[in-house]
Amino acid sequence: MKITDNGKQKGFLVIGVEGRMDAVTTPEFEQTLGNRIDEGETRLIVDLSALEYISSAGLRGILTGVKKVNAKGGEMIFTGLRDAVREVFEISGFSTIIPTHESVEAALKKI
Amino acid sequence: MPQMRRRAGLEYLEELIAFVAGHAETAGFPPSRIREIELAAEEALVNVFKYAYPETGGDVVVNCGLTDEGRLQLEISDRGIPFNMLHVPDPDLTADIPERRIGGLGIFFIKKMTDEARYQRQGKTNNLTLIFDKRD
Repeated sequence: MKITDNGKQKGFLVIGVEGRMDAVTTPEFEQTLGNRIDEGETRLIVDLSALEYISSAGLRGILTGVKKVNAKGGEMIFTGLRDAVREVFEISGFSTIIPTHESVEAALKKI
Repeated sequence: MPQMRRRAGLEYLEELIAFVAGHAETAGFPPSRIREIELAAEEALVNVFKYAYPETGGDVVVNCGLTDEGRLQLEISDRGIPFNMLHVPDPDLTADIPERRIGGLGIFFIKKMTDEARYQRQGKTNNLTLIFDKRD
């Protein structure tokens, strides 16, 4: 898994996640995201267009991040879900509670 | 059937998943189905890592091969406490964010991704058998 900082757009910090979010790699995602939230970044776009795989451990990391941001009155949006990731979001019911958009550009148009 | 035995620990997850995915790939399973097989395998293995050996460590044994009908058969065995993960109730998939829990979701994924799932306690061994059709 690789996490990239893609800069700010319309006041949202755009973070990219590449590779796999599994039981081994997700703690790094939680740590990195947690640090940014603690630094005051409470409006985030997490771009998953290069994420190939996610398991329940990955969903746990996403939920932890969303809860943390919500507690601070912020917002976290997810973009670019590939088929394998979208399937996991749908089966788990996450797609009904977590805001997702087709792409970062599409999300920014709605903001 | 090809076998891989490792200590039950997260540090071996990637190696074990690659072993399973390799068999699915060689057998010509489509990439989307391989992701689903990896998902079921990860959830089952992580469950063993977390709960099978609460006090002492132990091994996990993964057998992976094709059935005569061309289905992928995955057997995961441990000698830990008796536990049938297939009996765990499904999680609440409708809870909103504040009430959302991840517990039980991994096992739910196993049930959704497999075409057949069986558990047997044989002597001191937990045996979980997961069968995957190609679905292409």
